[in-house]
Amino acid sequence: MPEATSILQTIDLTKSFGMVTAADSISVEIRPGELVGIVGANGSGKTTFLNIVTGYLKPDRGRVLLMGEDRTGQPPRAITKLGIARSFQIPQLYTHLSVLESLMLSLAAQAGKSTSFWRPLYRREWMAEGVETLDRFGLKAYAHRPGSELPEGGRKLLDIALSFALKPKLLLMDEPTSGVSIEDKFQVMDTLMKVVAETRLTTLFVEHDMEVVQRYGRRVLAFNDGRVIADGTPDSVLADPEVRKAVLGRV
Amino acid sequence: MEQRWFFLEAVVGTALLLLVPLLFPDWMGFIVALALAKFLAVLGVALFLRAGMVTFGHAMFYAVGAYTVGFSAKWFGFRDILVLLPLGGLLGAGLAALVGLVMARYREVFFAMLNLAFSMMLYGVLLKLYWLTGGTDGLGAGVPTFFGYAPPREHLRVYQYYVILLVAGLAIYAVYRFLSSPLGYYLKARADNEIRIEYSGESVRRVIYFTYVFSGVLAGLSGVMAAFIVGHIVPEYAFWIQSGDFVFVALLGGFTSVPGPLVGAIAFEFIRTYASKYFPNEWQMVLGIIMLAIILFRPEGLWSIYEGLASRFGRSDREAQRA
Amino acid sequence: MRLLTIIVMDGAVFAAVLFLLSVGLTLVFGVLRILNVSHGGIYAFGAYMATYLALKILGVGGNPYLTYLMLLAGAIIIGLIAGPIIERVFLRRIYGSDQHIMLLLTFSIFLILDDLMKLIWGTKPLFVSEPYALLGQFTIAGIPYSWYQVALIFVSIIFGAFLIWAVRGTRLGKIVVSVINDREISQAIGINVNRIYLVSFTAGALSAALGGALIAPTIAVVPGFAVDATVLAFAVIAIGGMGSLEGAAIGALLVGLLRASAVHLMPEVDLVAIYLAMILVLVVRPEGLFGEVELRRI
Repeated sequence: MPEATSILQTIDLTKSFGMVTAADSISVEIRPGELVGIVGANGSGKTTFLNIVTGYLKPDRGRVLLMGEDRTGQPPRAITKLGIARSFQIPQLYTHLSVLESLMLSLAAQAGKSTSFWRPLYRREWMAEGVETLDRFGLKAYAHRPGSELPEGGRKLLDIALSFALKPKLLLMDEPTSGVSIEDKFQVMDTLMKVVAETRLTTLFVEHDMEVVQRYGRRVLAFNDGRVIADGTPDSVLADPEVRKAVLGRV
Repeated sequence: MEQRWFFLEAVVGTALLLLVPLLFPDWMGFIVALALAKFLAVLGVALFLRAGMVTFGHAMFYAVGAYTVGFSAKWFGFRDILVLLPLGGLLGAGLAALVGLVMARYREVFFAMLNLAFSMMLYGVLLKLYWLTGGTDGLGAGVPTFFGYAPPREHLRVYQYYVILLVAGLAIYAVYRFLSSPLGYYLKARADNEIRIEYSGESVRRVIYFTYVFSGVLAGLSGVMAAFIVGHIVPEYAFWIQSGDFVFVALLGGFTSVPGPLVGAIAFEFIRTYASKYFPNEWQMVLGIIMLAIILFRPEGLWSIYEGLASRFGRSDREAQRA
Repeated sequence: MRLLTIIVMDGAVFAAVLFLLSVGLTLVFGVLRILNVSHGGIYAFGAYMATYLALKILGVGGNPYLTYLMLLAGAIIIGLIAGPIIERVFLRRIYGSDQHIMLLLTFSIFLILDDLMKLIWGTKPLFVSEPYALLGQFTIAGIPYSWYQVALIFVSIIFGAFLIWAVRGTRLGKIVVSVINDREISQAIGINVNRIYLVSFTAGALSAALGGALIAPTIAVVPGFAVDATVLAFAVIAIGGMGSLEGAAIGALLVGLLRASAVHLMPEVDLVAIYLAMILVLVVRPEGLFGEVELRRI
């Protein structure tokens, strides 16, 4: 049975907000090791999909299966504990904590020690691993600076690093390069994809930028009006006329 | 450089506090003792302020501690401060564990108001069940014993003072460990971003709940000590204005450091003593004006003024070292 | 049956006063998103000023019926002074600050107002009975009631209706609602949000002062009066839904009836009952009966 080997499987996910159908019978399967890009115009349902899959929203209909188990409707913290981590379109950071502290909080959570109240956060193991992870993402220089001091690309990278530090089985990234300047875009993606390749992390990223998707994705899902209208290799999907019309606005 | 700076202040401060009964007159000792006692409740409130939450209800745990002393004295004639302290703390924790189950779901104004409601309910109960609590007449605390030992009258104040100082010291250490721990950092993180916390697999409610229980212990201890110092226990211990005073002191001293609330508590008790002596009808106004001034001009509190001066005279900035 | 009548009548009178007290608080919260802890202080100030003016006019030998005018004058004077001063001088500086700052600022204003009243009028109770006595009494089922109390109920209903009309039916009201819904967009389309804040806060202050002025003839105005009022007002708007005018009315009604029931059936639970009700409502429906649910956005 294919379900046993997939990390994420959605069956018939449907969600409406009043008159707007944000998700329309979405059935998708992500297997371990995949590198999937999601494209679609604004409002096509990409973020809603991530929100439902990670438990932030409950679908009207349909199921979410993680590692074969039905996890529909469970809250984000439960989903995260199962190994699904997510980064955000607008970076969700701890602006007043230092970059290293923020990262160590992820490590503490991963170790199940978030409510440890006597031993300090600044532990040798976490400090070492924290700095190493920051280094991987090119953020080591900012380790002791507050999150608010990071430049735009750095904020994105930290947001992703915080999710990555949870050692997930599946990493969902919502527009990792949005808000990042054109010069930095590829640098950010190169850094990211290097980490992903090194750890062979199953990754799903939502992207607006077709070039980014083409260059880094090995499989692409195209969304439109809450439905998946194409699913295949980047070249085939991006050449699909229906996709081009819906997503790019031209054939 | 920074560590030494903090160390020096701590040593000087501790030395001064240790010498209070010896160096300063009795009435001053009384004020400092009361300030130290209330300081514990303020610490609990300050924890929440760090998390970006205001509580207008911690007086209820303070009252629980105080009435522990009152009931123990009234029904059992038992006034051992060294036993009643942990008992008061435990009872404070117990109430917090119950109330916290509800409270942890709320934020912002609702958190403040629900806390207030619970505290005012307790006040109502303490007030109306006068055959039990003495109503507005209250209960007397009497003279404390120390593990059975009853010191001679002249030394009583001194014994009491050092017990209070010890407990305050332990509380400071506990809060310091708490704030340096993952839980403490998650608490601070809550002020910035709850979503990130939930998406790390941690429950914000749990973080708030544990903090709430911890602050209940602190306020309970605070109430026990205050009861013995003041000697008299009344329903007003649970009144919302008492909670407001705790929040005020936290703001006055500055709640992002540990010396802050202590400085605030001592300053507050002195201001209140002087103000109510010389301006009996206006001291609340004096308090209000001072609070306004702090909010409008120096919201980080008095301690930050000291830190600002200290850094100007050559010491390095402590910003990065904040626990 | 007699008991029920008493409870309903008492409850209605109490509800009327509570409504006048609380509607301003909920309005200010709805528009400015600030819980004005000093609201009870303005209420008490209104009571003091109204009583003082009424006594003054009697002192110079004026017609007792003029005391009604004095009550109104007292309320208007306090509302028009306290409202703009507090909003302009203090609140304006802290908009957008953290919750604790805003709560503490209004708390400190409350402390100042409380003592200011003591300074101006001393600590002895102030009492003017004419407005109450002049209207005479009647009996229902053998229980004496005053027409003044009935008048109170009417005034609060009319005032409530007026406010609801003002918000729903007038242009100014619609602008206020627009600011409540979205401050930024309102500003973008050219609404002077600062002026709306000033108007709304002053309206809140006026209604508080009016409430105080109207209740003054039924009680002796003493220091400490502000404190009780403040906490009760919180309970009413928490139950009714913060920011909702209808909520203030329903909340006032519920709390009024609850209090009347407690006073006549089980006086010990008087205060406890009200706060218990507040807790129960907030636990079941955190935004209050008529409040709006706040959405979180990622």
